[in-house]
Amino acid sequence: MIAVPEKPKTVYFFGTCLIDLFYPSAGLAGMELLRREGLRVVFPPNQSCCGQPARNCGFREEARAVARRQIRSFPNPWPIVVPSGSCAGMMREHYAELFAGEPDADEAAAFSERVYELTWFLVHVCKVKLVDRGEPVTVTFHGSCHSQREMGVRDEPKALLRELDQVTFVDLQRPAECCGFGGTFSVRLPEISAAMVADKVADIETSGADEVVSGDCGCLMNIAGAMEKAGVSIRARHIAEFILERCHERA
Amino acid sequence: MNAPDPAATTASPPHASFAARAHVALADDGLRRKFRRAMDGLMTKRAAQFADTEAWASLRARGAAIRRRALARLPELLEQLEANCRKNGITVHWAETSAEADGIIEGILTRHGVRTIIKGKSMVSEEIHLNHFLGEHGIGAIESDLGEFVIQLAKETPSHIIMPCIHKSKEDVASLFEAKIDGQPYTEDVDVLTATARRVLREQFAAADAGLSGVNFAVAETGTLCLVENEGNGRLSTTLPPLHVAVMGIEKVVEQLEDVPPLLSLLTRSATGQTITTYVNFISGPRKTDEQDGPREVHLVLLDNGRSRIHGDLQLRETLACIRCGACMNHCPVYTRVGGHAYDAVYPGPIGKILTPQIEGLGKAGDLAHASSLCGACGEVCPVAIPIPDLLVRLRREASHAIPSSSVMGAGAQHSAVEDWIWRGWRWMYATPLFYRLATRMLRLIGNRLPASLPMLRDWTRVRAKPQFAPRSLHDLARDRGYHDE
Ligand code: SF4
Repeated sequence: MIAVPEKPKTVYFFGTCLIDLFYPSAGLAGMELLRREGLRVVFPPNQSCCGQPARNCGFREEARAVARRQIRSFPNPWPIVVPSGSCAGMMREHYAELFAGEPDADEAAAFSERVYELTWFLVHVCKVKLVDRGEPVTVTFHGSCHSQREMGVRDEPKALLRELDQVTFVDLQRPAECCGFGGTFSVRLPEISAAMVADKVADIETSGADEVVSGDCGCLMNIAGAMEKAGVSIRARHIAEFILERCHERA
Repeated sequence: MNAPDPAATTASPPHASFAARAHVALADDGLRRKFRRAMDGLMTKRAAQFADTEAWASLRARGAAIRRRALARLPELLEQLEANCRKNGITVHWAETSAEADGIIEGILTRHGVRTIIKGKSMVSEEIHLNHFLGEHGIGAIESDLGEFVIQLAKETPSHIIMPCIHKSKEDVASLFEAKIDGQPYTEDVDVLTATARRVLREQFAAADAGLSGVNFAVAETGTLCLVENEGNGRLSTTLPPLHVAVMGIEKVVEQLEDVPPLLSLLTRSATGQTITTYVNFISGPRKTDEQDGPREVHLVLLDNGRSRIHGDLQLRETLACIRCGACMNHCPVYTRVGGHAYDAVYPGPIGKILTPQIEGLGKAGDLAHASSLCGACGEVCPVAIPIPDLLVRLRREASHAIPSSSVMGAGAQHSAVEDWIWRGWRWMYATPLFYRLATRMLRLIGNRLPASLPMLRDWTRVRAKPQFAPRSLHDLARDRGYHDE
């Protein structure tokens, strides 16, 4: 269990490499939600990627070099908020092992302790109150494997969605099942990945939702891509973007 | 009756890689449906057993600690087990390799003039390919576990460690029995099918000269072999014939009798969602003079087959904590899609992905370590908390890096210069802010014009739309909106 810190004045924002290139609006929305809570949000310009892809493939030195770059880019003792449970999980749970025996192991450990997933931070630290200004809509949520299993983020996104009174939340039949992305897994074993995402899309369709939201852009890229290809017209986007739009403030 | 052909073994599909075998499995719609339905059922049953998450966490911590304690003292406990088994009248044998184990068992059987043995379910006997070996030496081995009986009749291998014929529907079994058992009409009536198997097997039990079984836990303190099962076939195999041979991996030892109940509870509830199995056998030796039944002679074969090597590596040692419940495969999204045979390994699913490369070497089975999205479902449900995803990552590393100190056979066997260069380039791009800025600018300029037919994009876009690079990066937008200032 991650201890809930005091609400700080300033937070760092880690944008993730996928959001930087493909979904910047999700990143902006995340920062805006934090700013609305009265926090000063700082986006260090030298950040890039948490290092997870290389670590997961067994390329530790490469992963560590990239991780080290992140650690150096967030020097002040502020919390680091991440709009992805997967990248947050990497930075919180795996840096210790990655830096074991390295001269900067302590620095890495101190960095890890400051890492939080966005929806968790909004619920537990900011204790956000959301005012829904949108039209009625039915929404389902896909939680990433790592946000659920590494960061323990299970109820927080749903709690946020339930705060919006025009939003009807419907759960998936298999909310804990992997969508088949798995980073390089989707490239190494594309056919199995395809079978997995097909099942996830079917699950989303049967939920009856108009829209699916997630806290992880890796899953979203996979799920939204599969829905688009299959001609399924259910909108998919990052939960931060969805919430911000409901509260009538576009990023 | 047409007894199952004891010498039969299934030829594994003639495809070199896991990906190729998965391709074949995925094309089989029926197979996918069967696994989905079966695994969904097992997951639901297990979840009901562990609905109380606090109780689950504490029982799991207990089970995990028991296994770790036993592994920490493994050499000592094995000696104690041997001494106490001997005291109980059990003859103990040590086998370093599969071939040695086969030889020892064949030797015992031959000395007793055994022609037919009846077997309870044993994964270790699959590991050493015992049936095939005995068949070559003129000894018939009949599987008595219903699932094993079915696949032996079909000349296949198990597709799951607990439910060996989970890949077969009742229609499949109906046709198989009709084809292979004399006078058996086609029927999908499960009771009739079970009764038929039972009738056939009863004849075999009566005729068998020896019984063979696995061991779920061996208790060092008392020299007791513990065996769980649901059908009574294991009990018949170990009590009816005059000779009983048990075979187990050396890691199955626990310190004391008190260790067994928590492990049993974790095992059966994780495996099939049962609170306890129908039969729990505690075997402490051959028939005593005043006893009515039981074998006259009991042998225990302790198999190493790479386990000492695994044990010597403190991280990989975790693999040996496994109690073979199969929960990791029941919850694995990859296993559910492709079934057990795609792994072409005795132990499929997540535990197989970490165990097989360690037993057979990374050259032969290293690609299994990549057969995972690292979703973590396996580690989450494992009743003894084996960090399977971390071990997968460790094995991936050693498969691609020729690390001299590696304790895994075949380190570096899957090394690829191309992959090295990809990760070197990746590092260069993501660890150097200036290059990152330039590279991402380039990607955004040309990215959306890249043809979907590029190697990596081709696989991705077969079932998904091509991801679109945003016109401006978050880095640029964040700077514009004043998020950069410190
Ligand atoms: S690894 Fe864990 S879940 Fe899998 S079979 Fe072994 S004990 Fe069961």
